[in-house]
Amino acid sequence: MGSRTRREFLQIAGVGGVVFASGLLDACSRLGGRPDPGPAMADDFYFVQLSDTHWGYKGPANPEATVELPRAIELVNALPQVPDFVVFTGDLTHTTDDEQERRRRMGQVRGHLARLRVPTLRLMAGEHDASLDRGAAFQEFFGPLRYSFDHKGVHFVVLDNVSDPKGVLGDAQIDWLSRDLKPLPKNAPIVVFTHRPLFDLKADWDWTTADGTRAIDVLHAWRNVTVFYGHIHQEHHHQTDHIAHHAARSLMFPLPAPGSQPKRAPVPWDPTHPGRGLGLRDIDTDPRQPAYQLREIPLAKET
Amino acid sequence: MRFAALFLALLAAAGDPGERVVHVVARKFSYSPDVLELQLGIPVVIELTSADRDHGFSVPELGIRIDVEPGKTARVRVVPQKVGTFDFHCDVFCGSGHEEMAGRIVVSGPVASGGSGGH
Repeated sequence: MGSRTRREFLQIAGVGGVVFASGLLDACSRLGGRPDPGPAMADDFYFVQLSDTHWGYKGPANPEATVELPRAIELVNALPQVPDFVVFTGDLTHTTDDEQERRRRMGQVRGHLARLRVPTLRLMAGEHDASLDRGAAFQEFFGPLRYSFDHKGVHFVVLDNVSDPKGVLGDAQIDWLSRDLKPLPKNAPIVVFTHRPLFDLKADWDWTTADGTRAIDVLHAWRNVTVFYGHIHQEHHHQTDHIAHHAARSLMFPLPAPGSQPKRAPVPWDPTHPGRGLGLRDIDTDPRQPAYQLREIPLAKET
Repeated sequence: MRFAALFLALLAAAGDPGERVVHVVARKFSYSPDVLELQLGIPVVIELTSADRDHGFSVPELGIRIDVEPGKTARVRVVPQKVGTFDFHCDVFCGSGHEEMAGRIVVSGPVASGGSGGH
């Protein structure tokens, strides 16, 4: 193919490895903005996962609640190479019983997201966005709750396990998933986006999807399936047979490791390290493998 | 079926006469009471009502879950088969504070019989 991979490009740009995140803005400013990516990349591509902004949250877990989303957008816009798309795996807003306020928060998020300089934005709901009105406001502002799309040889599926307040996918969606996947060869690369984990990560913290195993059973027939999700506000990796499940950090407050404390209360805010534990990730994708390289990007410098 | 050996839980319109009944009220964002003290092997009917909106009552470790809806009384009969503490929570998203809506069932061993107990 004769072209550089993105990983090679990032190494050339001097922003590879674990220093990538903290050096993002510096690297770009040194280069006078977004650097020329050089020859067109081949089949590999990358996308960025944002999750759990909880826009509208007010509480001690993050006294700087209005800072994080703009900061994340700034980081994405400063990436040395434009991602093919950004996916937002739910809880864009913090829930409210006030329908007018819910829409106001969604409008504000939409305004912020409009500043993302990426070709495509893929949005999906979390329970804070959609559970109290079964996704009505979310669909007004951001579109459908479940859908699929293809991108450079990878089939992406967005599942909705939040608009039913019981946190289930439901028979109709399981059937839809089966029909959606049916035409694909068994070795097709498939990526699934959900908000809640499909597996029982910690059911007594509600970190599960009641009928998630049914979706996993459907997906199991395909050999190259990877799931990216949010909800638990921390990086987490899990394997159900050959299916990998990767949780992303939040952009509002981190939650404790599963079972590490009696209750799932947020990790207390540390004024000496504002933003610690928050972040986003980018995912390098090579459909020919298929393989995914995850890079965690903290919002704050983590010393 | 990890929980099957721990509890025998049955939905019931009512427990047998004389069985202990524990009343629990669910409201945003708590249960009252939020600690249910049960005894090993002694059947109990947990009766749940909602003071405001739809909630759930889920004890994953014991395989118990039931909807708690306004205007209805949800009942679950349990016969504790193991001593320990078992967390329960609301699994029907009910608003800002839903994540804190939780409690626990504490199962204690049999009460020692009174008296000197002989020689």
